[in-house]
Amino acid sequence: MTIRVAVTVNGTEYARDVEPRLLLIHFLRDELGLTGSHWGCDTSNCGSCVVWLDKTPVKACTVLAAMADGHIVRTVEDLERDGRLDPVQQGFIECHGLQCGFCTPGMMMTARWLLDRNPDPAEAEIREVLSGQVCRCTGYENIVRSVRWAAEHAEGTAT
Amino acid sequence: MQVPSHVEYERATSVEHALTLLGRPDHRVLAGGHSLIPMMKLRLAQPGVLVDINGLAELAYITLDDGAGRGGAGGGGQLRIGALARHADLLDSQLAGRHFPIFHDAERVVADPIVRLWGTIGGSLCQADPSEDLSAVFAAVRATAVIRGQDGDRKVPVREFHRGPYETVVGPGELLAEIRVPVTTGTGSAYEKVARRVGDWSVAAAAALLQLDHGTVKQAGIGLTAVGAEHFVAAEAEDFLRGQPATEENFAQAATIAAEHCHPVADQRGPEDYKRHLVAELTTRALRRAAGRASRTAGKTA
Repeated sequence: MTIRVAVTVNGTEYARDVEPRLLLIHFLRDELGLTGSHWGCDTSNCGSCVVWLDKTPVKACTVLAAMADGHIVRTVEDLERDGRLDPVQQGFIECHGLQCGFCTPGMMMTARWLLDRNPDPAEAEIREVLSGQVCRCTGYENIVRSVRWAAEHAEGTAT
Repeated sequence: MQVPSHVEYERATSVEHALTLLGRPDHRVLAGGHSLIPMMKLRLAQPGVLVDINGLAELAYITLDDGAGRGGAGGGGQLRIGALARHADLLDSQLAGRHFPIFHDAERVVADPIVRLWGTIGGSLCQADPSEDLSAVFAAVRATAVIRGQDGDRKVPVREFHRGPYETVVGPGELLAEIRVPVTTGTGSAYEKVARRVGDWSVAAAAALLQLDHGTVKQAGIGLTAVGAEHFVAAEAEDFLRGQPATEENFAQAATIAAEHCHPVADQRGPEDYKRHLVAELTTRALRRAAGRASRTAGKTA
C-alpha cells in the first residue's frame, strides 16, 4: 500500500506515492534527491539528519514521511539563498566548525533554529541545544565558536 | 538500515475520529513517535495501522484550574496537561514550573532538546518504559490520568495506570487525553537522576514531593525510575515519612527503605548493588530539595 505525501520542501511543492513506513530522511534523500541531510545513526542519537518540520527541528530518521504530508520542511539546502551563505554556514567556514562534515547539516539546522529564537545565545545554551547531536571530529569547540560567530555576524540574515 | 516493517497509516482529524479508529484491531496511536518508531525499527512493536494524532491541537495544552467554584479543598486547583503537550512545552511552562519544579528538573534530563520538541507527555506515560522519567514523576505527585473512550472519560490514578513494562490500562478504543495534578499549598518537589551521559536513560532516578506543615511531613510522594519499583512508587518509604519531622535523618532513613524495597536488575547500566546505592542517595537528595522548596513555598503563601 502506498499513500500520497504532498509536502513543501525549501519552498518547492513535491508529491510522491510512498509506503507509510518510509522515514522522512529517506523520503528527502531518495525520493527528492536532497542529500544534504545525512542519514546517520538510525536511532535518533546522532542528529545528522535534523531538518525543520514546520519550523521545528526534528531528527528525520524518527519521523515518517507520512507525518510531513501537508506540512513544510526546510533542509540544509535552503540555508544558502541567492548565492549568499547563511551566517551559520559562514561561521562554520570561519571557525573550522567541521572536519569530515558528516554531522554538519544537522548542526547547522539546529543552530539556525536556536539563533532565530535567541540571536545572542551564551556558550552554555549553544552546548545544551546541540547536546543531542554528535560530532566525532571537532570536540565541539569549533562548532560552538562557529555558532557564536554567526550570532556576532547576524546582519542581513534573511530567515 | 533500520526501517519499520509494513504498516498502514491513518490521520485522525478529531478525538472522536481517533477513538473510532483505535477501536479497530491492531491500531496504535502515533504521537511524537520518538519511542514507537525506534521500537518499530527493531520489530519490538509491529502495529498494523498507525493512527497519527499529531493534528489534534485540542490535546496540546498546559493550564491551571484554580479550584474556584469547586470548593478549592487543600489550596485547591489542579494542573491540567494535555496528552499531546510536548516535553519542551512542559519544560517551557512557567505555570507548571512554579507549582511543580519537579517537572522542570525531569524535563531537563529527558532525552535531548530536539527529541523533547516532539516527544509527548501522554506518549511517555503510554509507552510505559520502565526507564522513562515521567512515570515516576507523575506517580510522586499523585497525578490522575484522564482516559477518553466512546462512552466518555474515566479517571485512573497514575499509580494504577501501568500494568507492567510497556503495558497500561488504556484499552482498545481509548486514548489518554489528559494528566491532572492536584495543586496543594506548602508542597515542594524535585527529581534527581543519574545517567551514563547527557540525554541517556536513567541508571536510576528518584522523584519526590513533600507537603510540610510546620516542619512535619503531612504528605510524601516518592517515585523511582528504572529500578523495578511497583508502579514506580516507593510506598514503604512514603509510609515511613508521613507524620515525621522533615529532617535529614528521616530523609536518609526513608531513602534506605526505598532502596531496600525496589527491585533493580543488573544490566549494561550497572550492577544491582550500585543501583540500590543510587536509589538511596538520589532519594535523599530529592527529598532534601523538595523540602527546601516546600519551605520557600510556604513562606510565600503564608
